[in-house]
Amino acid sequence: MTEPTESENENMETKPLTSSLASVASSATAGRVPGSHPMGVGLEARGIHAWFGDKHVLDDISLDFWSGTVTALIGPSGCGKSTFIRTLNRMHEFIPGAAMAGQVLLDGKDIYASGTDVTKIRLKVGMVFQKPNPFPSMTIAENVLAGLKLAQIKIENKDDLLQECLERAGLWNEVKDRLKAHGGSLSGGQQQRLCIARALAVRPEVLLMDEPCSALDPGSTLKIEETISHLSSSMTIIIVTHNMQQAARVSDYTGFFLSDGGPGSLVEVGPTGEIFSRPKDKRTENYVTGRFG
Amino acid sequence: MSQTLVEPMKSPPPPRELTSVPRFSDRVFRGVVTSGGLSSLVILGLIFAFLTYQGFSVLRSQGFYFITGSEWALITDDAGNMIADQTKFGIAAMLIGTILCSLVAVVIAVPISVFSALFLNFYASPRLKKFMVAVIDLMAAFPSILFGLWGFFVLMPSVEYWGKLLHKYLGFIPFFKMEVPVFTRSPFVAGVVLAVMIIPIITSVAREIFSQTPLDRVQAAYALGATRWAMIKAVALPYGRSGVVGGAMLGLGRAMGETVAVYTVLNIVYQVNWHILVGAGGNVASMILLKFGDAGPAEIKALMAAGLVLFLLTLIVNSIANFIVKRTGKSGR
Amino acid sequence: MSTPTAIKPQKPWLATPKERAINAATIVGSAIATYGLVAITPLKGKLAYFALYFIIYIAADFFIHLASRGISAGKDAIARGVVTLGLVVALLPILSILVTVFNRGRGGLHWGLLTHDMKMNSVNDPINQGGLLHALTGTSILVLIALVISLPIGILTALYLTEIKGRFAGPIRFLVQAMSGVPSIVAGLFILSAIVYPLTKAYSGFVGSLALSILMIPTIARTSEEVLLLIPNDLREAGVALGGTQWRTVAMVVLPAARTGLVTAVILGIARVAGETAPIVLLTGGGETVNANPFSGPMGSLPFYIWKSFAVGSAESVTRAWAGIFVLIVIVLILFVTARFLSERKTSR
Repeated sequence: MTEPTESENENMETKPLTSSLASVASSATAGRVPGSHPMGVGLEARGIHAWFGDKHVLDDISLDFWSGTVTALIGPSGCGKSTFIRTLNRMHEFIPGAAMAGQVLLDGKDIYASGTDVTKIRLKVGMVFQKPNPFPSMTIAENVLAGLKLAQIKIENKDDLLQECLERAGLWNEVKDRLKAHGGSLSGGQQQRLCIARALAVRPEVLLMDEPCSALDPGSTLKIEETISHLSSSMTIIIVTHNMQQAARVSDYTGFFLSDGGPGSLVEVGPTGEIFSRPKDKRTENYVTGRFG
Repeated sequence: MSQTLVEPMKSPPPPRELTSVPRFSDRVFRGVVTSGGLSSLVILGLIFAFLTYQGFSVLRSQGFYFITGSEWALITDDAGNMIADQTKFGIAAMLIGTILCSLVAVVIAVPISVFSALFLNFYASPRLKKFMVAVIDLMAAFPSILFGLWGFFVLMPSVEYWGKLLHKYLGFIPFFKMEVPVFTRSPFVAGVVLAVMIIPIITSVAREIFSQTPLDRVQAAYALGATRWAMIKAVALPYGRSGVVGGAMLGLGRAMGETVAVYTVLNIVYQVNWHILVGAGGNVASMILLKFGDAGPAEIKALMAAGLVLFLLTLIVNSIANFIVKRTGKSGR
Repeated sequence: MSTPTAIKPQKPWLATPKERAINAATIVGSAIATYGLVAITPLKGKLAYFALYFIIYIAADFFIHLASRGISAGKDAIARGVVTLGLVVALLPILSILVTVFNRGRGGLHWGLLTHDMKMNSVNDPINQGGLLHALTGTSILVLIALVISLPIGILTALYLTEIKGRFAGPIRFLVQAMSGVPSIVAGLFILSAIVYPLTKAYSGFVGSLALSILMIPTIARTSEEVLLLIPNDLREAGVALGGTQWRTVAMVVLPAARTGLVTAVILGIARVAGETAPIVLLTGGGETVNANPFSGPMGSLPFYIWKSFAVGSAESVTRAWAGIFVLIVIVLILFVTARFLSERKTSR
């Protein structure tokens, strides 16, 4: 799967790209973080706009997410970053009055194309929410396997999958003796890792994380961050965070969103190191150095 | 000196009691409002006290027979005075009828109401939902005599036909058995009319409960690739289950106390009848209304006692129902 | 960045024309299949049409989704069909009721209903003789007295629950709910046992009103409580912070702010008892003439008129009963729509 940098660059350039996307792609390839092994573009957002009723909340976001990398989306609250990742697995449309424009390509196919089975999209693009939300009526084991039950997927060996997902989420050692306990009996941090394990069980290609640590204490946050770095080698991870240190710690690429009162837009995106040390845009610099936000 | 400084750190002082002397006008206000607030307690207490007082002699002379016996026979001597030891007042037949009719109603109404509530919460557009909720609330405000007349003239012919179908295809079930093929004005018909009456009640309780389904869990289910139905099954139904049970019991309580609608459609016959398709039955409330018209003082005392039993029965059912609904509403927060 | 004006908001998740067409075809196809099946099989009647139509439609929808998207989409289709069926079944009675009342009541309507009572007529007389005047005045008086009794008690109860929040607030809320479940016939028996037999020893409008009050209080109390709970707490705090007593804050700030909602509570309370029949039959005696004195003599009312006319059972009397119901329903509808309108305006503000 790993391709030489040059050929990838060519691939990118043959695609019809908007200007902002081209700059994103070139800067991303130029500043590749050592040790990460991008396996091509997993998810591409092309000219995404979003509305709630008449309110235009996202303006023309184009962004590529590379397989095997972690992309952090930062920005002050209300800048549209959460709305943006909710367009990536079609959760946006649950909000009454929501509308959008643009394309989201998963493996080259538009997930908004007519005739698309939205449930299949959400199986490929998993999501972890701000607040841990295990199903309270289910046990820990049932929670992990809930996605299979919900989407009616039959598999041979559930116990192996259960163990694998809990291990990848970094929770196995803590819960292996009480898999029959209810999800609500865990601590907040454990519940969030349970939710990660639950998202992993349907084997998504992309994992969206919407401020997954904002409701957690520092110790639990650290554990989640470890889990993210473990997972990043095998999938595309997109994490929305308020916490710039967290973005710096876990991500390979960082995108900075900003709204000047109107719709939110993508100010700058690039390798995390560059965004935090040598941002090109003055606004990014002001934000990452803590002058506002 | 240093010790006295450290001491309070170890055990914080007890919180000060915040007191204030309310002004006179406020004390009057609080007094009036509190006494008004206690009115429901007073009224319920008075209902219990007066019905017990009036029905006490009958309850004492009949003993347990009053709720276990099924004979209602006022025996008088030539002068028209009641002969107490021959007179029998037992309301078991009507109690069984009450429970039978209202159970039929609940069995029919619960699935319809739950499906309606699910549709309104998870399928309908906001505008459709608003309109439908208003229509269903309107139906809850219809007087029972209207349901009675509509049941008698419009629904009864259809329901008799459904009863015949049930008898024909499910006649092996004891409840649907009948020796004499008389389908008119059966407990089944009354049950269907009661079902129509309690559907709005159960629907609005169920809708209320389902609308409190935690949104984060709903989203979690959808984000895992659930279809709408899979989400409902995994999240909404487990969350709302006990609330629906509470709503069903509220409906049961309402059906048990219904008088006029049952009186209108049911052929009230004072006998124990377990066969819901047979055109004979009754419930306590309609029996009271029926017998009241030409009852003498002695029989009226018996009717008061029957009213007391009905009051306690509906009070218990309603209390359990409210308790369950309230608990469900809390657990979700 | 491209200009946002060039881009239109879209909702790609809405059904595509193709999906709509398939759905419409399923609906029409199921109707045709139902018609055909009823024609060639011994199944007959409205029930057969209704049941068959939904069975065929749900089955067709299931297979279409099963074929295109798999088993979970198929199950989703079944669930959607069944849930929709539930709502349709719940709504059919109300439709049928309104149509029936209109059709059957229409024949008994004439302007004389509003100007005549039944003093000189029996219910078996031709429809155009006699009227409802006694019943309308009676019901108005009964409801008005019940309201005068219930309104203060109901609002005081609501104030206790929302403003004082005393030690007994929980139990009282529970009791109010329990009270709303008291069967109307029990309310009637209670007034008989507590007032009529020991004190008045005669039927009258007033004792009927007392029974109606028992049914009205919980409705007013619960609706008022909901309304008062919607009043923002800062209003109360503002009142108290200005040095007002609680009494003045409630009287000058809270209750005026809740005015519209309290009117809604009153209307719903009236709608609750206006058609109540059982206690009326037990207590009021049901006169045939206009009686403006609630304390003596039998008092007619709409429910009693309907009840009696129906019980007589002749063609004319039953038409009278339906005409009475027609009038009653119109009253309930007006009350209900007014209440909706008021609470709507309230929430939209």
